[in-house]
Amino acid sequence: MENKKTVNINIKQYSMVIALIAIFALFYFMTGGKNATSTNINNLVMQNGYVVILATGMLLCVLTGNVDLGVGSIVALSGAVAALMVVDNGMSVPVAFLAALGVGLISGVFTGFFISVLGIPPFVVTLATMLMGRGLTYTFLQARTVGPLPTNYTRFGSGFFFTKQIPFGDGKLDLVCIAVAAIATILIILSEMRSISTKKKYGFATNPMWQVAVKLVIILAIVWFFFYKLATYNGIPIVLIIMGVIVGIYHFITSKTVAGRQVYALGGNAKAARLSGINTKFVFFWVYANMGLLAAVAGIVLSARNAAATPKAGDGFELDAIGSCYIGGAAAAGGVGTIIGAVVGAFVMGILNNGMSLVGWSTDLQKVVKGAVLLGAVTFDIVSNSKKS
Amino acid sequence: MSDLILEMKHITKEFTGVKALDDVNLKVKRGEIHALCGENGAGKSTLMNVLSGTYPFGTYSGDIVYNGDVAKFHKIKDSEAKGIVIIHQELALSPYLSIAENVFMGNERMNIKGVIDWTKTRSEAKEMLAKVGLENEDLNAPINSLGVGKQQLIEIAKALAKKVDLLILDEPTAALNDEESAQLLEIMLQLKKQGITCIIISHKLNEISYVADSITVIRDGKTIETLVKGVDEFTEDRIIKGMVGRELTNRYPERTDCPIGDTILEVNNWNVYHPEDPHRQMLKNVSFHVKAGEVVGLAGLMGAGRTELAMSIFGREYGQKISGEIKMHGKPIQIKSVQDAINNKIAYTSEDRKTYGLVLIDDIKRNMTMAALRHYFSKNGVVNSNDEIVAAEKYKKLINVKANSIDQTVGSLSGGNQQKVVLAKWMLTEPDVLILDEPTRGIDVGAKYEIYCAINDLAKAGKAVIVISSEMPEIIGTCDRTYVLNEGQIAGELSKEELTQEGIMKCIMQHNGKGE
Repeated sequence: MENKKTVNINIKQYSMVIALIAIFALFYFMTGGKNATSTNINNLVMQNGYVVILATGMLLCVLTGNVDLGVGSIVALSGAVAALMVVDNGMSVPVAFLAALGVGLISGVFTGFFISVLGIPPFVVTLATMLMGRGLTYTFLQARTVGPLPTNYTRFGSGFFFTKQIPFGDGKLDLVCIAVAAIATILIILSEMRSISTKKKYGFATNPMWQVAVKLVIILAIVWFFFYKLATYNGIPIVLIIMGVIVGIYHFITSKTVAGRQVYALGGNAKAARLSGINTKFVFFWVYANMGLLAAVAGIVLSARNAAATPKAGDGFELDAIGSCYIGGAAAAGGVGTIIGAVVGAFVMGILNNGMSLVGWSTDLQKVVKGAVLLGAVTFDIVSNSKKS
Repeated sequence: MSDLILEMKHITKEFTGVKALDDVNLKVKRGEIHALCGENGAGKSTLMNVLSGTYPFGTYSGDIVYNGDVAKFHKIKDSEAKGIVIIHQELALSPYLSIAENVFMGNERMNIKGVIDWTKTRSEAKEMLAKVGLENEDLNAPINSLGVGKQQLIEIAKALAKKVDLLILDEPTAALNDEESAQLLEIMLQLKKQGITCIIISHKLNEISYVADSITVIRDGKTIETLVKGVDEFTEDRIIKGMVGRELTNRYPERTDCPIGDTILEVNNWNVYHPEDPHRQMLKNVSFHVKAGEVVGLAGLMGAGRTELAMSIFGREYGQKISGEIKMHGKPIQIKSVQDAINNKIAYTSEDRKTYGLVLIDDIKRNMTMAALRHYFSKNGVVNSNDEIVAAEKYKKLINVKANSIDQTVGSLSGGNQQKVVLAKWMLTEPDVLILDEPTRGIDVGAKYEIYCAINDLAKAGKAVIVISSEMPEIIGTCDRTYVLNEGQIAGELSKEELTQEGIMKCIMQHNGKGE
């Protein structure tokens, strides 16, 4: 064991990323390349931003072995509150955003209180918040669409980060995108090198050089493809920044912090976690309170993209978010799953949606396909794991 | 040949390259009680799973000859149809269904196809219960109203309802106390009189030498020998020799060079009430103390309140209306949560490692650092994963956890190795007091020895160790001093010299006498 200094990269770890690329390639051929245009790549980001945000929060709930069914309603409710304050009451956008985040946090705290302090099953509590949130949204909006929202509001859904465009070929090229891609390249390579050197320092097994190289080339190719497409459109969408920051924070929390580790321990075995000194009630509380807050962020982004708040906004988002987690390898029983997995899962769903729309399939058929993909991904995961043992 | 009910010939079973069974031979005579012995992971359960069809015909090589014919079982139902019934270690009962329903679970009494005949179910259930000495139980009571011992007997009744010829019992007494175990063994002897053949897997060698007619010892997937009552030597030491391949001259390693220091933990007038019933007092005025470098035993019958005592001290995880005083190093402390207990350097390993000790789907490393993560492996809430790996590697080596790597999931380890992971988890919190609740339950002789060595090392390092155990030889073999608990009270305190099985039992009996 000790003298074995290299181990192969576990390819299964990347199976969903490979599936993502495969699905994208499939639709590339089916649509004659329409899904790889700059406009469409930009749309992919903007259309899936809120699902990604919800999926990061949902992953924590799924890790505890539960789900939050109320997020779709909280998305609608927080968006409605912000839009009403801006449109009907003429308040400033930052105040409205704070109020929306407050609404999300309060509903999260409400959910968390019932789950952790009173011990009510999360499924029941969040089914209730789903109904209550939707009902409140209709009440506040009086069942109408509130809009249009001002541009300093909508830029958080459909706006772009500041750009420095130069003429390029037939169109233009945003240098900020290129700079970000370059920085990302350096950071990715540096972090890989650092991880190899610490592994060597502690005498752990490393991956063979050629495998690391292949991995890096694929990752960098995706990064460059993605940012090049954005650069030839309008630059970096603000949604992408919000999304990136949130994914980064929660990836850090789940993989590197004690708090994150406690969520995994709780999901794996709640009794053992409690007897190891983990305050399981508090873990439940913050996980659900946090979900409320992230639902509000998604609510702001969604209403900004639609330039209006509608009573039906966010309908069914909870299922997209839960589905993303499961596709991304999270276990329904809890204790297993990663943020990156959930994000990949969200994009698998997003690319499917987008590709099928471009091909011209009806939304009815799209649902069938999405359901089949969800079932297929989880079945593959479970069957391939049970074969291993 | 006709007196053999079962002959398993040259059975070999592989799991992805690992030979779990390697040319195993087993001959069981009709009407005998045949014991299978071996350390954990030796292949006993695998062999029985091959026999019962859990691993279907074709996934192993070799022949199973049952009642003179070569048997080809493709699923469990096939073997059950021939009268082979296996009772697993984990009970297969549905907790909220009635006794009668459980007896016929999967084997329902029906009048028309698919419709249950309740009259027949009840009357036949009564018959089956009488055979296992439970004729006085209410047939309609839910199973979870019975104790584990009786539930185990219900399992046997369930097997009898399937018209069993060959009954296989996998660790039937692992969760039972001495009295319940004795009752179960008597029932096995009665079944033998009725002509039912039994195969029993057990770690409790005293029970085996009492009840078995012959013993087959398996080690590392191979049959070592078969001992026959009246022909071969049939003592525990003889069986152990076969199991480990050497003679364990002393099952309990000696603790030398271990000076006893000052009192570390002191508990005074500890009173605890039942968590659901505020009028039922579970512990009455319990006082005890442990010194540095000392191993103190908590003996007593099941239900005496030993686990309740430990859990109520360890962050009030058991009971309500708790009163009393806890002192560490002479200073009174307040413990209101498990976190408080850990901060005060108290550690507790549960008697049920799978339910309360481990996250089975997680790896060795994360399980080991679970309790110590906040204090020793993180800075400002961020985990230092390199330190974590180094510590896990160190403890894996230190207490000899047998695993491919620290990234292996704990659920795939044997019981003994799981117990070592639990021990490492609490050693990593650097406690002054360790309360070990049934530290060797259900683990093999070799792993037990290693756990005892670890206990000795802890004592030598100046820790105070409390060992709770239902196995009196274990208490006698490991402890410097022992408290005997009975009905929630300290019935007596025995020094090393006074510590014998008789001494403990006498203590309990005298205390019972006083109570009445």
